[in-house]
This record gives sequence, C-alpha cells and structure tokens, in this order.
Amino acid sequence: MPARATVAIIATIAGIVLLFSFQTPDITATGPQRSSSVRSSPQPSALAQGAGPAPTPSNQPSTTATPTPSAAASRFKDGRYTGGDITTRYGDVQVRVVVSRGAISDVQSVTLPSDRQRSAEISQEAGPMLHDEVLQAQSAEIDSLSGATYTSDAYAQSVQSALDQAHA
Amino acid sequence: MGTVISVDVRDASLDPDSIDRVMSWFHDVDERFSTYRGQSEVCRLSAGELRRDDISTDMRQVLALCDEVHRESNGAFDAWHRGEPVRLDPSAVVKGWSVDRAAALLDAAGGRNFCINAGGDVLTRGQPEPGRSWRVGVRHPHQGDKVAVVIRSVDNAVATSGAYERGAHIVDPRTGETPSELLSITVVGPSLARADAYSTAAYVLGRAGVGWVGERSGYDAYGITVHNRVVSTSGFAIRTADAASGATDTSDDAAPSVQAALDQAQG
Repeated sequence: MPARATVAIIATIAGIVLLFSFQTPDITATGPQRSSSVRSSPQPSALAQGAGPAPTPSNQPSTTATPTPSAAASRFKDGRYTGGDITTRYGDVQVRVVVSRGAISDVQSVTLPSDRQRSAEISQEAGPMLHDEVLQAQSAEIDSLSGATYTSDAYAQSVQSALDQAHA
Repeated sequence: MGTVISVDVRDASLDPDSIDRVMSWFHDVDERFSTYRGQSEVCRLSAGELRRDDISTDMRQVLALCDEVHRESNGAFDAWHRGEPVRLDPSAVVKGWSVDRAAALLDAAGGRNFCINAGGDVLTRGQPEPGRSWRVGVRHPHQGDKVAVVIRSVDNAVATSGAYERGAHIVDPRTGETPSELLSITVVGPSLARADAYSTAAYVLGRAGVGWVGERSGYDAYGITVHNRVVSTSGFAIRTADAASGATDTSDDAAPSVQAALDQAQG
C-alpha cells in the first residue's frame, strides 16, 4: 500500500475527529442504545493536502457536511467494512466504515468503551471539538423541557390542571 | 422573574414543608432581584440609591459571578447595560443562581432525587425512578411540541438561551445589536447559574460561542443555527439520550480499527 494512502487515512480520521457527529433518533427513544451510529464526513481539503497530524481543535465550527470524493479517497471500493476489535485502556473499540462513490460516507461505531466517566475524561483532554449535523425533530418521552420561556398564564394553568389529575 | 417554576421531587420521605421553603425562597429572590419592582435591591443599586458596599451577600455573589463571566466572555455577557442611564440587569444569572440555591435547600432537607425547572432552565439531582436518568428535552426551535435532542441528566444543569418565544431579548452588549447566528443554544454543566450566564454569552457569540463554552471546564454546548444546523461540543454527545453510554471521542483509539477496515476496502 502506498505511503500516501496512509497519510490520507490519517487526515481522514482527523476530519472525522473534527466532524464527529451523532445522529438524533427519528423515532421515539426509549433509552440508551447499545451502539450509536456515528455519521461523519471526510474533509476533502484535509485529504487533498495529506496533512499528517490531526488539526488543532478550533473554536470555529466547521460546516462541512457533504462528503466529496477526492483523488485520494476514490481508490476505495464501495461497501461496508468492519474494522478490527481494538482493545484500549478505555475499553474495546470497533468501527464500521461505509464507502460510497469511492469516499467514506459514514463511520459507525460497532463497539465503543462503555465507561462514561473515562470517556468524559478523554473528551476533556481533547478540548472543545465540535460536531455538526442537520437539525432533526423528535418526539420523545421527557421529564423536563429546556428552552422555553414559559411566561403565559395558560401554561401555568395547564400545569396546574395536569397536577390536579396527577393527584386525583 | 415573571416565569413559572416547577419543583418535581421524587423522594417520598421528603418533608413537604421543605418544598414550601423552596417556594418562599423563589418569591424572596423575585422581590429582591426583580428589575421591575422599584424597591428591589437590583433597582436601588441600578439607580444609585444603594452603594456597592452596602449590598447583601447574595447580591455580592450574583455580581461576582456576572463580573467573572463578563471577563471570561470578553464582554459578550454584561449584567450592566452601559448606556445612558446605566442599568443593572443580572436576570441571566439570577434565575440559575436561585435554582442552584434551591437545590442546596432541598439537599439539606434530605432531598436526593428532584428536578427544578425555572422557565426552561433545568436542574436535576439523582434519578426520577431507580435505574433511570432524568430526560431533559431541548425544545425544537420551530416545532414547539417536539424536541431537538434529549439530554440524560443526573446531577446537572441545563440552560437554553434563544429568541424564539419572547422575541429577541438578548442583545450584544458590545454593539447593541441583535445576535443573528443562532436560534438557540443549550449549555449543560454542574451549575445552573453558570450554565445560564454561559448560554446568554454564547448566544451573543454565535457559532463561535459553542466552542467557547467547550473551553469552560465541565460545560458542553448544543447550538442550533439559523440555517437549521446543529453545532455541539464533542462532550455533548455522551450527554444525550441516544448516545451509547460513553460513545464519544475515541477517534485516536478508533484509528487502528478504521485502518483495518480501509485495508479491506483497498483489498
């Protein structure tokens, strides 16, 4: 395998780091899922440059969203490929890469470390890297709602009536 | 404060009087920190009737936090409207701060599992029922009956700033202009006072505000842009209900696995 491909892969992973995004479920979520789909896009520019080290996390959110096949990436055959199960000090990691039209269109997690605390630590070390995705609406069972400034009496009355029923 | 506050306590053993004390606390805060009541401490300080040396300990605490976030955000957050006349409005901190204090009151009374929602700013402790985390929805900016994301919250605070209900009421204190990049921004972290102030500052900072929040230790942000895109810190992903427990930035560790998968692709 040419060395250049390896460089491109490193750059691709860097792109994944920066654009690491998560999917919001479009169905009612009932609880934590065993595996989450991690949708990501390679950064064409990073591939073209073949830059070695991962870019420094930036404050500026990136808006790159559509994967564009590049010369470096188009050598990949379309399909879904499951990587090896890699043991790390944080737990096992295994991913699946989806290649379409020669470019990585998706990176899914098959296995990820389940220790939330340690993962949070990794995240903190890594700094404020940003995810970017398209806004989706979901209907989900929730205990409380953030983001609404409830000023209306109607809301208070509705709450009260609900509470009345709850106590009935 | 002109808002609705709900206190949801799941500890069957908690003395009901402690809920009454929490509600009295909120009424007390409203009287002292209201920007509408002429005799409130805020109004008297704002009007210059009260010297900074003569303020209450609570007011000192609130102003210290306002000053701190003012510095951290390079002026994107400012409780003082430095126009003519100079006006003090620490509301963006007071709501969260009063909920943090209410939580401390409940905690002292033996409350372990509760959720307080003050006009869309939420603080949770413990669990709503054994084995389940509190699920805090972030309101969808266009569809009031839907949520954009659900946050799993144990001992956390969730504050959202946005312009979609009461109109644009946050202005950039540095320019007087209305921020135009974000529809809303939600901040998650340990203190609601800070989450509240950070979300206000980040709303002003726009997209860059998401990264700015990510630099504050222990805090994550989820912003929705006017172009209907979501921009969030990487740490936010593991706080969501749909995240696998711990699904987060393990990209470096994932690299060998990606490499193996790509090797197959190049077959």
